[in-house]
Amino acid sequence: MKNKKNNWLSRAFALLLPLLLLAGTALAQATAAATADQPEMADALRASGKIYVVVLVIVIIISGLLLYLVRLDRKVSRLEREVEGR
Amino acid sequence: MKWWKYLTIVLLLYTAVMGLLGHVPRLAILNETERNLYFHVPMWFGMTIILLASVINSIRYLREPSTRLDTLAHESAKTGILLGVLGLLTGSLWARYTWGTWWTTDVKLNCAAITMLIYAAYLVLRGSVQDEQQRARLSAIYNIFAFAAAIPLLFIMPRVASASLHPGMGGNPGFSKYDLDSAMRLVFYPAVIGWTLLGVWITEVACRFAFVKEKIYEKQEKQLA
Repeated sequence: MKNKKNNWLSRAFALLLPLLLLAGTALAQATAAATADQPEMADALRASGKIYVVVLVIVIIISGLLLYLVRLDRKVSRLEREVEGR
Repeated sequence: MKWWKYLTIVLLLYTAVMGLLGHVPRLAILNETERNLYFHVPMWFGMTIILLASVINSIRYLREPSTRLDTLAHESAKTGILLGVLGLLTGSLWARYTWGTWWTTDVKLNCAAITMLIYAAYLVLRGSVQDEQQRARLSAIYNIFAFAAAIPLLFIMPRVASASLHPGMGGNPGFSKYDLDSAMRLVFYPAVIGWTLLGVWITEVACRFAFVKEKIYEKQEKQLA
């Protein structure tokens, strides 16, 4: 059972990898483009690296909420087993 | 845990990271706020898909009544309403900083608000009927009406209207411009799938909880009898 779970997990990550690679190339192209005389974007936020603070905050919040959902899911599973088992 | 739950986690984390760091075209007025496309729009995609699941379960209930199908329809509708409310709130906030107002009498906005009111009435209806079977049957019939009203309100009315501020409607070309951007698509589609799956996940846990509760009540009744 455990192996089966890990298998699916690795498949999910295998799916994510090409997506990240493709998006990474797009990001590299974007930074190379000239920025003069164009609509204003948050270039300074990116240049100073503070954007990563925002990314981390959002990643932590989403991870926390998902972890909570995973725990709820497991609790319901346990309850199901308990009710079915008797 | 089922495989698609891992996929949900991966897609949502990908959306958060690439949604902020990925490339977006430089557009006037919208500027960086166009990244909201990865968060605001998937709420509506998710809502529509989950409300479709809800109405399918309501129709199945009417063909062959069971508590199980009623629970599936009810919990799906609740998640759909949650996503819709989040869509309205985020849309209103976005409008404040791009159109300069929290709300306008735009056809897309008003029709979306009416849809949410119609679905709010679904919950009111459920809450006002005591008898379980009657509640299930009435709300299943109402759910069909609600969905049949929501689709024209969300997808036909805004397109028939001659003018709208909202992108993708009434001859406003704003949306197609980002649609053509392949870098944004690479984040947008995973975002839609991820947020929709999150809605499905929440619904699944809520339904399983309701089923377990039902079973425990049944056992208690048997013990009393």
